Amino acid sequence: MRTDDTLELSLSRVFWITLKRDLMLAYRRRNDLVSPLMFFLMVATLFPLGVSPDPQFLSQAAAGIVWVAALLATLLSMDSLFRSDYDDGSLEQMLLSPQPLALLVFAKICAHWMISGLPLTLMAPLLAVMLFLPEQGMSAMVISLLLGTPTLSLIGAIGAGLTVGLRKGGVLISLLVLPLYIPVLIFGTGTVQAASAGLPVGGYLAILGAILALGMVLAPVAVAASLRISVSD
Amino acid sequence: MYFDSFADFIAMGGHGLYVWLAYSIALAVVIFNVLTPILRKKQFMVEYQRRLKREQRLGEVNKAESPE
Amino acid sequence: MGKLLPWFAVVTVLLLTCGVIWGLAFAPEDYQQGNSFRIIYIHVPSAILAQSCYMLMAIAGAISLIWKMKVADMVAKSCAPIGASLAVLALATGAIWGKPTWGTWWVWDARLTSMLILLFLYIGVYTLHSAIENEITAGKAGAVLSLVGMVNIPIIKYSVEWWNTLHQGSTFTVTERPKMEPEMWIPLLIMVLGFYCFFSVVLMLRTRIEILQRERRSGWVRELVEAR
Repeated sequence: MRTDDTLELSLSRVFWITLKRDLMLAYRRRNDLVSPLMFFLMVATLFPLGVSPDPQFLSQAAAGIVWVAALLATLLSMDSLFRSDYDDGSLEQMLLSPQPLALLVFAKICAHWMISGLPLTLMAPLLAVMLFLPEQGMSAMVISLLLGTPTLSLIGAIGAGLTVGLRKGGVLISLLVLPLYIPVLIFGTGTVQAASAGLPVGGYLAILGAILALGMVLAPVAVAASLRISVSD
Repeated sequence: MYFDSFADFIAMGGHGLYVWLAYSIALAVVIFNVLTPILRKKQFMVEYQRRLKREQRLGEVNKAESPE
Repeated sequence: MGKLLPWFAVVTVLLLTCGVIWGLAFAPEDYQQGNSFRIIYIHVPSAILAQSCYMLMAIAGAISLIWKMKVADMVAKSCAPIGASLAVLALATGAIWGKPTWGTWWVWDARLTSMLILLFLYIGVYTLHSAIENEITAGKAGAVLSLVGMVNIPIIKYSVEWWNTLHQGSTFTVTERPKMEPEMWIPLLIMVLGFYCFFSVVLMLRTRIEILQRERRSGWVRELVEAR
């Protein structure tokens, strides 16, 4: 009985300790956190410049542009998930520890989302205004990103785990992960476009939520397995 | 004075929100730009003095240990 | 530099206070735009400064590359965050001005878009500086990037204006200069001068701490700190 209690406590403690550690490490490199946000802003700016700044066109495309930009920005930041731990050896330590690797990985992904996906979601309204997203779509935009970006982090982590030992990780992660991102993109933009047209969004949000739940359960296991493979050689 | 009363001045003919918002952002930028280097300098001084004290203490310890 | 600083600071405060009070309270309102026109007293100076600051940053970078002067390097590095914040101010005030005037918070017109791209350039230089650990290498890399940017600015401006006329047949621009009476443009002039002085003050402050940090191992820094 007592052993079970201490095991319960120590699992959640492990989670929090890992989460806090990653957040603290990120805080020390604060300047690096701004980069994905600026990339987000710049990519969104490319569309009016490259296609047309016509408000009619932009307001139709805004949902897709913001989502694609968020997706690309998340992809860019995925490489850093395991890179520094791999470089200084703490990743191997994690693999060797008696704690369940999936839990450690889950904590790391949570921390990563808090410093990348969450700020993106908060910055999205600014981009939406610049791209003339209709007012009705604004809250759907934020909620869809709130549900979608953690999924993006989770799926992206699989790619990061598979490529952590390789030097040219960056582009490779994108190739692996982009096909997997497509459903999230479709339902995310679908939510916003439905809201912009005044249609109900409950169904879309439910699907996004279901994908997130599935990801939360399965992805850490998959990431753990990929890490073991990548680091083993 | 262009405005008839202080209340008019604040209201700015209906555009009060925009004008005051813009000017407050400007004030924030000014303050940020002035404070950031000043605070950095203070922090630098504090850390440097700490380092100096540490070196002094180490120097004294060494001096105390060396005449054997 | 330490002796100039207090003088510049005093002049800055005088100019800015005078300009703001005149602009906010005494200048007449624009017959088209009403009182929101007063935002011009922040928007135009910050835009002018954001552009001048980039020029200075690039030139200082060039000087540090060609003549290897360390001070120039540190001036260039200090310019980046100041210029970026001024560009943000110009964009924010431009957007705020746009809302009551044209009805939307943002318009993809040539001037605002160019300012946005300028902000991107600043962010690039600043990010590059903070990413490279070695201060000397970071300075050199930043100098190269800001020079490339400076050469690009006329090209960017031209292409954005061309893009703008392509997509907007209409003739209005968000930031067209209204015809102004002296009562309106003199405070503007004061504000521009005041902003230039403000920029000098802040640049000096930042460069000072930059010098202290770079030279922290040297003797004169030690004496300076011990003297406190």
